[in-house]
Amino acid sequence: MNQQAKSLIPDKTRIPEMIAKRESDLLADWIREQLAAVTLRSDLMRESELREQSREFLNLMIRAASQQPSLNDIGAPAWQEAREFLSGISRSRAHQGFTPSETATFIFSLKQPLFSLMRQELEGDPRRLADEMWVATALLDKLGLFTTEAYQKGREEVIRRQQQELLELSTPVVVLWEGILALPLIGTLDSARTQVVMESLLQKIVETGASIAIIDITGVPTVDTLVAQHLLKTVSAARLMGADCIISGIRPQIAQTIVHLGVNLTDVITKSSLADAFAVALRRAKKVITSAENQG
Amino acid sequence: MERIPILKMGDYLLVTIQVDMHDRLALTLQDDLTEGIARTRARGVLIDISSLEIVDSFIGRMLGNIAAMSRVLDAETVVVGMRPAVAITLVELGLSLPGVRTALNVEQGMRLLQGARAEQENVNGRGER
Repeated sequence: MNQQAKSLIPDKTRIPEMIAKRESDLLADWIREQLAAVTLRSDLMRESELREQSREFLNLMIRAASQQPSLNDIGAPAWQEAREFLSGISRSRAHQGFTPSETATFIFSLKQPLFSLMRQELEGDPRRLADEMWVATALLDKLGLFTTEAYQKGREEVIRRQQQELLELSTPVVVLWEGILALPLIGTLDSARTQVVMESLLQKIVETGASIAIIDITGVPTVDTLVAQHLLKTVSAARLMGADCIISGIRPQIAQTIVHLGVNLTDVITKSSLADAFAVALRRAKKVITSAENQG
Repeated sequence: MERIPILKMGDYLLVTIQVDMHDRLALTLQDDLTEGIARTRARGVLIDISSLEIVDSFIGRMLGNIAAMSRVLDAETVVVGMRPAVAITLVELGLSLPGVRTALNVEQGMRLLQGARAEQENVNGRGER
């Protein structure tokens, strides 16, 4: 199998030479092909930009091919610039909202123009033509896959950044009163988030010298054993630093779940509403709120 | 040999850990402290670990042990100034030091010790009457 595959690859292809010779024809065909493709997104990208990108990539490809004439390894240093350019395009397209196939079409639409050019050039030598076809297909497939991979990476970057932003946004620590902090939690708690929550709470305790922190879980949709464990960890860590924690905002449903799961929250002060917790915290801090009317 | 100084302040002993704790140093401190409590008849021990950046399970356990030993010798222990990173590490290690009192800083720790003592005297006083 391997032997056979190897025999298909000629020692030296004439593709770079052919492309260089008829570059302008190929470019024109390629752009026409791209403009005619169903995956064209004229709403996301101007035609001039597409022309510019195609021209530049073809240039880079010719340069790379002249340095690595066997065209069998796009991971080689000769292809460095072409790779970078391609991943730049894919990434920017990923950000602009192209689909993977729309992005990969950039490379795959080069196939037909290249093949027809090769047919014209190698008209009298069908054997050679078949061999060269194989080289070209292998090359373009590799480039196409590379594009898709880069696209995927671009998308993952976006997701990661959004996740990070969400994480930072979702864990505000509020100073309710002198020495009293509140941490309203909204959304599902997982290990990564608890870590951030814990760190920001402890940091704030150090900064403000607060002795009581209220963790409000009104916005936490479900509490399972894992979430409860995370909460208990946060409470323990705060206690180690010398601050007491009150957990508030426990909905009836969640109270039932906690008991059914057998989670032990007896060491923690729990209140059903933030207001109750705040009242406890004020009492602990030896602060009293009185009605203005009574004072007069 | 390297030692951690133990200062006497009224009825209380004050320990400030300012160097990285290694195991032998911790054991020496444990010896010195128990001896110090017995000798000075101290009613409370305040351990300031605000400059401690690294703890392992051994040091964590030692803090718990010191508190337990002091209690046996009739002295309350307060650990003050634990850094967030240290607190997280101890919790992750499963050492939440249930028997140890904690406070944010030396001032609050001192107040806690005084409060605990007053409480105890109240209880004792009532018992005697």
